[in-house]
Amino acid sequence: MNSLSHKWRGDNEWIYYSPPIEGGEIRNVDFRMNYIIDCEKVSKSYGNISALRDVSLKLEKGSFLAIFGPNGAGKTTLLKILSNLVKPTSGVVKINGMSLHDEDGEIRKNIGVVSHNSFLYNNLTPYENLEFYGKMYDVPDLEKRIAEVIDEVGLTARMHDPVRTFSRGMMQRLSIARVLMPDPSIIYLDEPYTGLDQHAAMKLRDILKNLKKGDRTIIMITHNIERGLEVCTHVAIQVMGKIAYMEEIEKVDRDNFEAKYFKTVGEGHY
Amino acid sequence: MDYFKKVWAIVWKDIRAEIRTKEIFSSMFIFSLLVLVIFNFSIDLLEVNPLDIAQGVLWIAFTFSGILGLNRSFLFEKENDCLQGLMLTPIDRSAIYLGKMLGNLIFMLIMEAIAVPIFVVLFNIGIYDKIISLAIVIFLGTLGFVTVGTLFSAMSVNIKAREVMLPILLFPIVVPLIIASVKSTGAILTGKPFDDIISWLKLIAVFDVVFLVVSFLSFEYIIEE
Repeated sequence: MNSLSHKWRGDNEWIYYSPPIEGGEIRNVDFRMNYIIDCEKVSKSYGNISALRDVSLKLEKGSFLAIFGPNGAGKTTLLKILSNLVKPTSGVVKINGMSLHDEDGEIRKNIGVVSHNSFLYNNLTPYENLEFYGKMYDVPDLEKRIAEVIDEVGLTARMHDPVRTFSRGMMQRLSIARVLMPDPSIIYLDEPYTGLDQHAAMKLRDILKNLKKGDRTIIMITHNIERGLEVCTHVAIQVMGKIAYMEEIEKVDRDNFEAKYFKTVGEGHY
Repeated sequence: MDYFKKVWAIVWKDIRAEIRTKEIFSSMFIFSLLVLVIFNFSIDLLEVNPLDIAQGVLWIAFTFSGILGLNRSFLFEKENDCLQGLMLTPIDRSAIYLGKMLGNLIFMLIMEAIAVPIFVVLFNIGIYDKIISLAIVIFLGTLGFVTVGTLFSAMSVNIKAREVMLPILLFPIVVPLIIASVKSTGAILTGKPFDDIISWLKLIAVFDVVFLVVSFLSFEYIIEE
């Protein structure tokens, strides 16, 4: 199903149809679908610089979208807008049918973000960090949940060591534990492989594969095409503030995707 | 109720980190001690009445060492982009402000509780019968200082020259508060009646309320990109 082709929106629903055939006849009008992430014509400018230009993106529940793109393409800005950290200059963003700015706190409850920065306090232990964030999210039965997520990322033995003594890979795993704790339905990963050695990257890949289970929706920004393709259900290429290409993974020619990427990025006039 | 639990979680997180590192408290305390000692040695207390200058010296020690603490306060939140992590949580952003402000207030009050006895000894000033009124003035003055200071600390944390910018931004705003605090401290130390300081106390209280409300309401917009 090509998410970009849908046109008509009801209230919190998309009524979508196949593109009109020759002569203007519309087929299959009665076909409805909910999108967990639904942004339309979103733009963001910083002064004279346009970071995002009319980006429209619709994702179904359970999708795993990998976004590739060169530096400065606006990928992180897009994630910041989707996670409600930055307000768009124009456009509409709905998460699970809720408008970003109307139901701010409610939306943030359902979103987890793993960035190349860990959001962890160096002078606290993993337990203390998770306890702190758990309180912020009102996680029930917090102690038990901390033990579960810390076990899930394989850091139980280091639970009471200060985070400042951790390697980059361990920080990243702990960061994922932090995100998993409130069990969000949407997870954004902003270059999670940055600075990881091969072993840590493999470990992270296994954790990301586990994240896919269930109907969690994930968007991952990465420069690593190989890693992105092996876990995603959809791929997108973002260039100069626009999504220049988006496709389901089944329809992507994996062997030639790198060439496709460079061709798309090289065109650079979107 | 949940709101205040979250505010307290932020305060406790800062206290926990401070107990481990002692970075904020030690720098504030050592600086205030140095200010008191330097003034004590640079002024001949046999020729100058300590009560003429002591209140000014005390508030210089408080405000300048307070700036050191405020500078570091949001710096911890910048490590690993924790402020962004905090902003991603579903809490009201005003809770972040209140938590950070209360943390700063606690650190400053502890520093002051240790600095005041040292000040009393160095300047040979008796405060035993004035402790409560002095504590009220110091508390209200410090509350106003950290109320504005926390807001400006959040504003300046992304600026490269933040150590310079914070005092430049903060001091012009808190001048009325500092003047009122110095005047009322002086009146208390010289044993003037309560009626003499009530107008200054009112000014401090109004400053505290106005800036607490303004900072509380504007913090969300200050920390947004």
